[in-house]
Amino acid sequence: MKIIVLVKHVPDAQFDRHLNGEGYTTDRDESILSELDEYALEAALQLAEARGGSKAGNQVIALSMGPAGAVNSVKKSLQMGATEGVHLTDAALAGSDAAATSLALSAAVRYLNQDAPVDLIITGMASTDGETSLVPAQLAERLGLPQVTFASSLDVDGGRLVARRDADTSSETVEAALPALVSVTDQINEPRYPNFKGIIAAKRKTITTLSLADIGVDPAQVGHAGSWTAVTNAEERPPRTAGTIITDEGDAGIKLVDFLAAQKLL
Amino acid sequence: MAKVLVFIDNPGTALKKSSLELLTLARSLGESVVALNGELHDDVTAAFGEYGVSAVLRPSVRDLNDYLVAPKAAYLAAAAQSTGATIVLLDNSPEGKEVAARLGIRLNAGVITDVVGVDADGTAHKSVLAGSYNTACKATTPVSVLTLKANNVTPEPAAAPSAPEVVTVDVPVGSTDAAARITAREQKVASGRPDLTDARIVVAGGRGLDGDFGPVEELADALGAAVGASRAATDAGWISHDAQVGQTGKTVSPQLYISAGISGAIQQKAGMQTAKVIVAVNKDAESPVFEIADFGIVGDLFDVLPQATAEIKKRKG
Repeated sequence: MKIIVLVKHVPDAQFDRHLNGEGYTTDRDESILSELDEYALEAALQLAEARGGSKAGNQVIALSMGPAGAVNSVKKSLQMGATEGVHLTDAALAGSDAAATSLALSAAVRYLNQDAPVDLIITGMASTDGETSLVPAQLAERLGLPQVTFASSLDVDGGRLVARRDADTSSETVEAALPALVSVTDQINEPRYPNFKGIIAAKRKTITTLSLADIGVDPAQVGHAGSWTAVTNAEERPPRTAGTIITDEGDAGIKLVDFLAAQKLL
Repeated sequence: MAKVLVFIDNPGTALKKSSLELLTLARSLGESVVALNGELHDDVTAAFGEYGVSAVLRPSVRDLNDYLVAPKAAYLAAAAQSTGATIVLLDNSPEGKEVAARLGIRLNAGVITDVVGVDADGTAHKSVLAGSYNTACKATTPVSVLTLKANNVTPEPAAAPSAPEVVTVDVPVGSTDAAARITAREQKVASGRPDLTDARIVVAGGRGLDGDFGPVEELADALGAAVGASRAATDAGWISHDAQVGQTGKTVSPQLYISAGISGAIQQKAGMQTAKVIVAVNKDAESPVFEIADFGIVGDLFDVLPQATAEIKKRKG
């Protein structure tokens, strides 16, 4: 099987995050592999391992689009066990919205489809920076693939994938023919940590760097210029400040209700 | 006047509050048309009239629910094209956002999610980076697709009711070909509580509950609130994962958020800090949640919550 996993380099949510410059793009210092993409990678590794791993010809390709630093997310993916890495990077990509991002990624997938067809694309449920969760569905639409989003379990059997997804009012079993795109939730597995062996092995794995020219995308179709949405203003919200803090002296429940009544929330 | 297309998926016998919010926003932006999927009950038709809808579109096929999103997006694209709509509004549920995503590609239209308000010129407002920024953004394309978060518009019927005509829209042939098919569906038992993402009040519990969600549920029921949980509580299996509020769960922005036994790590804060009023109850006075609470109680939730529940019941008589 040939599986592509989308891995995004995102600002670490443990630190304050900022929007800067023209188009109010995210400041990408202090970036890490998006936590939610680790579940996608783990799902791909488990599918590949169940089929005999890389020795049996299974490929797990970690694909990241982003500036120079994004290669670190590809490297971490290789340390976890991906067989090869692809870093799509080009100055013209900066500021791409979901539509432009999905356009560039669809061209990269077509490029990777040339030598041997891709069976499955796996992504996280959302990135932890933009959080729009638009890219998986838009990538599927552009590639004409069935999409199964928010999968909490995933299995592939005889050219079909079977997944379970849990919504608020129902749980569904869904099926799709390969090739297909799946996004997975953080309920699907426990991502592994890179071990020493993995870290050493990763040094010998290939990372291919692709530019827009390599994948045949006109720079005007991506970045700020090619995006279909534009951020026109961004204002940092004043941080919430602490209000009244009391220590329970036996009547805090009643004081709580007094507070709710004063706020007209009862 | 701009035409605004509102997607309403399987309303059942009555429109949800979030649907009424969509219809109210649509009317403020232009002439509103509904693209419906599912049965059209008389009461729903009447509600469309009250909210000034000029037409109700229905798909030519009835099996859209058997597939995941792709054919719904194909139907909605056909509906947008046939009506000449320049704005398409959907709810902000995971499915609403996915239909919007695919629709955007079909219509070459910019998509903006998590919208809390829209100006007359189509500029949408939303908060990003876990509520730390408020942004304004606009589609640069002729058509824009927006998904509206619940609880940001007050539903108001139109000054003059309408009598919407019902029109069938042909769903493009082949739109189910590249779609995942739903082969089984189990309905979950309804809790009788409001939906977490739409609720006006949320009472959420965390590690401090030590496995017992009773006090949180009883307070929620006294307030007519939804029940939420931290990831620690859902990972421990104390409550279903659906209840998780936070960066990897649901983002809520209710009028009131009561946090009980949750320390308030950044991932949890990310899911709730746009709530209008935050109340926190926690034994540990050093919990980060107290940094953002409007009203904080350092105390044992097993004392405070039941006392508050009893007091609310007493006052409500």
